[in-house]
Amino acid sequence: MSDLKEETPMPDAEHPESVDLSLAMGPVADSAGDYLRAAFVRIKGGETGVLPVVGGLLLVSVLFQSLNSHFLTTGNMVNLLVQAAVFSLLAMGEVFALLLGEIDLSIGFVAGLSAVVTAELVQPSRGWPWWAAIAAALVVCALIGLLQGSLITRIGLPSFVVTLAGLLFWQGVMLYILGDGGSMLIQDNIINDIVSGTLTKTGGWVVMLVAVGAFAWQTWRRDTRRRDAGLMAPPTSLTIAKIVAVLVAGVALVLLCNADRGILVPVFGMPWVIILVFVVLAVWTFVLGRLKFGRYIYAIGGNAEAARRAGINIRMIRTTAFVLCSFTAGIAGVVYASRLRSISTALDGGTLVLYSVAAAVIGGTSLFGGRGKAMHGVLGGIVIAAIANGMGLLGFSAAAQYIVTALVLLIAVTIDAVARRNRPSGT
Amino acid sequence: MTTATEGITPTGPTGVEELPLLRLRGVSKHFGPVQALTDVNLDIPAGQVTALAGDNGAGKSVMIKTISGIHPPDGGEILWAGAPMHVRTPGEAATLGIETVYQDLALCDNLDIVQNMFLGRERTHRGQLDEESMENAARETLTSLAVTTVRSVRQAVASLSGGQRQSVAIAKAVLWNSKLVIMDEPTAALGVAQTAMVLALVRRLADRGLAVMLVSHNMNDVFEVADRIAVLRLGRMVAERPAAEMDRQIVVDLMTTGASSRVAAPKASGE
Repeated sequence: MSDLKEETPMPDAEHPESVDLSLAMGPVADSAGDYLRAAFVRIKGGETGVLPVVGGLLLVSVLFQSLNSHFLTTGNMVNLLVQAAVFSLLAMGEVFALLLGEIDLSIGFVAGLSAVVTAELVQPSRGWPWWAAIAAALVVCALIGLLQGSLITRIGLPSFVVTLAGLLFWQGVMLYILGDGGSMLIQDNIINDIVSGTLTKTGGWVVMLVAVGAFAWQTWRRDTRRRDAGLMAPPTSLTIAKIVAVLVAGVALVLLCNADRGILVPVFGMPWVIILVFVVLAVWTFVLGRLKFGRYIYAIGGNAEAARRAGINIRMIRTTAFVLCSFTAGIAGVVYASRLRSISTALDGGTLVLYSVAAAVIGGTSLFGGRGKAMHGVLGGIVIAAIANGMGLLGFSAAAQYIVTALVLLIAVTIDAVARRNRPSGT
Repeated sequence: MTTATEGITPTGPTGVEELPLLRLRGVSKHFGPVQALTDVNLDIPAGQVTALAGDNGAGKSVMIKTISGIHPPDGGEILWAGAPMHVRTPGEAATLGIETVYQDLALCDNLDIVQNMFLGRERTHRGQLDEESMENAARETLTSLAVTTVRSVRQAVASLSGGQRQSVAIAKAVLWNSKLVIMDEPTAALGVAQTAMVLALVRRLADRGLAVMLVSHNMNDVFEVADRIAVLRLGRMVAERPAAEMDRQIVVDLMTTGASSRVAAPKASGE
């Protein structure tokens, strides 16, 4: 659970008997081959990680591309990533609730409320600067999370019911603020540019290289520290391979974004929103993987009683998780408004929240708590967006999109359940 | 009455006069009208396994909870290394060096061995979890206890066998420089080989100088590892003697009737 690349167990072919000393044997796998073989054994054992969703994404891509050659064009792929941003952000929020074995049904309309608050405050009549409007919206969302989380943890109400009430209540508040007009235009350029603005070509390269550099430094430092400490660690060749793989992915993303995707006028450059999603992903991955707080979320999701006996302040951790969940939804709401350059009563928070749960689960997060990562939300969000995008290209109706999304969700859960049957005992 | 039936020996089986690590004197505990413990005396010396036997409802669990701070006693006195001890919470007991391994083990299946062993007491380095230091410490503890059947300390606890889980729970208790480890039915759910493994581990704890209190109603286990045996019946301590002075029948008699006319043959029942 500790980080994106989990440590792989030692290859243990030579230790069939009950009393062996594998702890005492050399901590570094002999070769990259051994290490990969151990990883393969683990995957076969049901620890599939993000493999199913990545595989699913490839499958969906090949399928749509074969049906409509426009699917994998640069313009559409960038468009798809932008479409996925709202789902991915919402799903990352939902992961906090799901990790606890809870659910937050309200985040669709919490996102809506965030959009409305932002839009309202940047109206020329109010004249708030963009950053203050966004900050105010995010604070409102965090407070909503605090309120709902407190009801759940202090009074002991089920999260399903509290957040279902939240779904209705915040929808009401949103409609009330929007009033008779039913919609609000956003004239603030910076807010609109979150989604429609792009970096320069050079800017894209610089940001990507900085991000990959940070990842490389972190990975390299951790792996060498583990090797120096005499702990099990991937061999150097694999550490380098990991970094190179991420670099290749980064280069591909920048090339994709820097290609001209305009139809009438040239459009190129990395949309800001993609960077925003990566930043949120990095921060939440750090919080969940490297901080005590994150560790305690997993512990509570795994065995709340054990966490309580370990002296963990369960109530505080759970409430904070709901705050972070709503807060992340607030970010999604700002992105949603930025994309439409407006906000209206057409926002369907019910569908959004169900998509966010579906995205998290498709990405590999367990509904029963204790298993999941921020990354799952991002990948699941991309799958959901890919289905909507691909079906749209093929001219299918919304009805068909719902049906296909439902089937993908079912397939994802089935893959997880079947893979887990191979585990020694299910978590 | 309790002291009258079977005399308390303040000396260990070696005969050396030494202060027991934990000493209960006249401890009572009631829940409403129910008297769970009545005037209980018990010594738990360091370096020995003290087995607490008793039938269901005899008060074994209450006694564990009294010592570990979950239910502080109503009356009597608990002495820790000779000084009066007043723990009100499990946290305070842990600070003194009292760790309890409950029957349900309190492990998180989704976390790995290191994460479980350090749960709630993670080491951090500049605010971040210090995984290397924790992993090394966990490995050292497991190795020192000869718990070597696990493939990797980064294995999820869900993938461990019952005996391994028990071992991890015990190692978790030992990690904290604990002086007294209380174990509630550690072998209840285990098969033969796993039971032997866990009992060997219990023995090693005592050999390292820890005081071990083993709660069990499995006579095989009790006679396998215990140095001293205390028998509770209906909330009263009916006997507290070196294991060598007891045999199965005596313990069963004490558990069920509160007295036994038998005298153990020297080195009874040839284990």
